Amino acid sequence: MSSRALKGGLFQAGLLFSLAVGFVTLGVLLADVLIDGVGYLDGTMLTEPPSIDPQIAGARPAILATIYLGALLLLFTVPIGVGTAIYLEEYANRERWYNRLLELNIQNLAAVPSIIWGILGLAFLVRGIGLGRVLLAGALILTLLVLPTVIIAAREAIRSVPDSIRQGAYALGATQWQVVSRQVLPAAIPGIATGSILALSRALGETAPLIMIGAVTYIAFDPTILGPFTALPIQIYQWVSLPQPEFKLLAAGAILILLAILLTMNALAIWLRNRYRRTW
Amino acid sequence: MTAGAEPLRLRAERRRIGEDVVKGVLALCALVSVLTTVGIVVALFQPAIEFFREVSLVDFLTGTEWAPLFEPQHFGVLPLITGTLLVTAVASLVGMPLGLGSAIYLSEYASSRARGVLKPLLEILAGVPTVVFGYFALTFVTPLLRDLGVGAEIFNTLSAGLVMGVMLIPTIASLSEDAMGAVPRTLRDGAYALGSTKLQVATRIVVPAAISGIVASFVLGLSRAVGETMIVLIAMGQQPNLTFDPREAAEAMTAFIAATGAGDVPTGSIEYKTIFAVGATLFVLTLVMNVVSIRLVRKYQEVYE
Repeated sequence: MSSRALKGGLFQAGLLFSLAVGFVTLGVLLADVLIDGVGYLDGTMLTEPPSIDPQIAGARPAILATIYLGALLLLFTVPIGVGTAIYLEEYANRERWYNRLLELNIQNLAAVPSIIWGILGLAFLVRGIGLGRVLLAGALILTLLVLPTVIIAAREAIRSVPDSIRQGAYALGATQWQVVSRQVLPAAIPGIATGSILALSRALGETAPLIMIGAVTYIAFDPTILGPFTALPIQIYQWVSLPQPEFKLLAAGAILILLAILLTMNALAIWLRNRYRRTW
Repeated sequence: MTAGAEPLRLRAERRRIGEDVVKGVLALCALVSVLTTVGIVVALFQPAIEFFREVSLVDFLTGTEWAPLFEPQHFGVLPLITGTLLVTAVASLVGMPLGLGSAIYLSEYASSRARGVLKPLLEILAGVPTVVFGYFALTFVTPLLRDLGVGAEIFNTLSAGLVMGVMLIPTIASLSEDAMGAVPRTLRDGAYALGSTKLQVATRIVVPAAISGIVASFVLGLSRAVGETMIVLIAMGQQPNLTFDPREAAEAMTAFIAATGAGDVPTGSIEYKTIFAVGATLFVLTLVMNVVSIRLVRKYQEVYE
C-alpha cells in the first residue's frame, strides 16, 4: 500500500473512531440504566409517592407534574413562539435596527445556561412577585427557556414556504393576515410542530432551573398548578444524591420512564418531519 | 429571499383595523423576548451590585477561599472558577476533536444513506437530559476510573469532564457539519482535479474553508460546558477546592448556584446575594462566548450562502 493510501486509511479510521465514541457511550449509558433500573420499573413506580423505604417508593407525583408541565408549556410556548416568528418573518422590516437587535437577542437567549433561567425564576417569580415554589412558576420559567428554540424552529418553517405562494394570494386580493393565516401558516405547520415537540422534550428534561424553583423536598401528594411540586428530573436528582445504593437503582428506574417519554416525543418529531417533508 | 424578487406589497386604499390589530398582537409576542432579556439583566445584576457593596470586587476575584455559608465567611470566587475551568478543559479535550472528527466523517465520507441513519442517532445523544449524564458519570464512569487505578475520588472532575465531553459531541458535530456543507462543491472538485486525495481535500480545503464555523462550534461548546449544571452537581462534588488535579472533588460555579438556590437562604441576605454575584459572572462569561460564536457563523454564511 502506498503511504498516501495508508495515511488516508488511518485518517478515515480516526474519523470513524470519533463518531463511534459518541454512539458507544450512548449504548453503554442506555444499557447501564436499563440493567440498574429495570428491577424497579414496576407498578409501584407509577402509582406510589416517594418514601424513605426504597421498596415501596414510587414517582407518581413527579410523573404527573412532568405531564402537567408539558401541557402548560405547550399552551404557553406555541402561541407566543409562533407569533414572534410570524412577526419576524412576515411583518418586521429587517432594515430597522430594533428588529435586527430582536433577532440577535433571541439567538443569545437560546444559548443562556439553564441555571441562569433558574435564577430568574427564583428572583422574579418565587420571591419577587411571591408566587412561591409552585408548579406554575416552573412552567413559566421553562416557557421562557424554550421560547427562543421554538421561535427559531418556527421561523425556519415559515421561511421555507416559497414566496410565490404569498404573491399568488396577494394577486387574488388577499390581505396580509389572510395570506399568513390561510396560506403560509398551514404550509408551515409540520415544521413548526416538529420544532416545538423537540423543544418541549428538551425542556421536560431540564433539571437545573427547576431545582432553583421547585425545591428538592419530599412531595407525597399529587401536584396542583398552584401547589408545591417535584418533577421527574428533580426526583431523579434527589434519589441519585442519597447515599443508599437502592436509591441509585430507583433513580435508574425513574430515568427509564423519563427517557421513554422524551424519546417517544423525539421519535414523533422525526416521524412528522419525514412524513410531511415537502419540496416546493 | 432571492435578489431582485422583492415582493410587491400592495396597500389597500382603506386602512384595515383588523390587520393593524394582528400586527400589534404579533409585535407583543416578540416583546416577550425583549422583556425576558431585561428581566435576566435586572434579576442578576441588581442583587449582584448590592453584593459588591458588601464584598469588594478585588476580594471576590482574587480570594482563594469560598465559604459564604459558614462562619467565618470568605468570598473568594477563584476555587469555583478553577473548578469550572478544569471541568471545561477536560470536556473540551474530549468533545472538540471527537466532534470535529464526527463532522468531517458525516460531511465528507459518509454516504447519504449512512448519514440518514447516523444523524438521527446523534440527535438522540443530544436529547439525553443532563441529569441522566450526571447519573452515568457518578455510577458508571467514576467506578470504572477507580477500577482502572486512576486514583479518582468518589466525586471528581475527571469523570464529570469526560461525560460532559461526550455530551458536547452532537453540538460541535452538527454546527461544524453545517459549515462544511456550505463549502462549495467546486472547491473540492478543483482540488481533486489537481490530484489531491480525499484526506488532503478534507484537511487542506474543507476544514480551512469552514474554519469560522468550526471555531464557532468550539466556542459554543465551551459556553455549554461552562454553563452545564447537572453533571458537575452530581458527579464533580459540592466542596470548593482550589486544585488542578482532576481526580479530586471540586465545585463548579453552576453547582454552587444550584446547591445554594435549592436551600432556603433568606431573601436579601449576603448568602442569597452570592447566587447572583456568581450567576452574573457566569452570564457575562457565556454571553461573550455566545456573541463570538454567532458572529463567526454569520461570517461563513456571508461568504458562501
